Amino acid sequence: MTKSMLIEKVTERMDDFTKKQVEAIIDTIFDGMKDAILRGEKIEIRGFGNFRLKQRNAKTARNPKTGEKLQVPPKNALHFKIGKPFHNALNSISRDV
Amino acid sequence: MTKADIVQLVFEKVGLPRSEAHEIVETVFDTIKKTLIDGETIKISGFGTFTVRKKGSRIGRNPKTKEEVEITPRRVVTFRASDYLKELVEKT
Repeated sequence: MTKSMLIEKVTERMDDFTKKQVEAIIDTIFDGMKDAILRGEKIEIRGFGNFRLKQRNAKTARNPKTGEKLQVPPKNALHFKIGKPFHNALNSISRDV
Repeated sequence: MTKADIVQLVFEKVGLPRSEAHEIVETVFDTIKKTLIDGETIKISGFGTFTVRKKGSRIGRNPKTKEEVEITPRRVVTFRASDYLKELVEKT
C-alpha cells in the first residue's frame, strides 16, 4: 500500500474530510516525525511503536571485488520497535491470555 | 515526540479542532496497523517502508538463567527508512 492508497483508506473512514485534507494531514504527520528524528528525538506512538536512532560503530569493510580495505565512519540508523499491543494483534494473541 | 505532539502539529499546521486532529491521527495509525495485520506492506515515500515478515520457531536462551526456551513462530514488522531519510539520518 502506498501513501496515496493510505490517503484513500483514511478518507473512507473519515466522513467529513476530503481527500485533499487527509493528504495534508498525512504529510504533516510524516514530515513532523521526520523532523523529530532529525533533531535526534525518540518517537513514541502508543499502541503502534517507537522510532529511535541507533549508533552504528565505525568499521573496516572490504571491497569484495578488489579486496581493498576501507574505513566506514560511525553513523546513525533509524530503528523501529513495534508496540506490544500491536505485536499481540499481529500474532492473534488475546490480551487475557 | 509522542502522539500528543503529532496531534498538536496537525492542530497547528492544518488548523483542525484538537478533537478532530486527535481522531484523524488515531485513524491514520490504525489504518496502517490493520493493513500490516492483513499482511500487506506499507510504503510512505520519503519516509520508509513497513513490511510484515514471518519467522519460524527457534531456540532462544534466557540470558540470566541460561535456560533454553523455544521462541514460537511469529510475525514481525520490519521498518526500512527510505534512501532519502536514511541518508539524512546517517549524518545526524
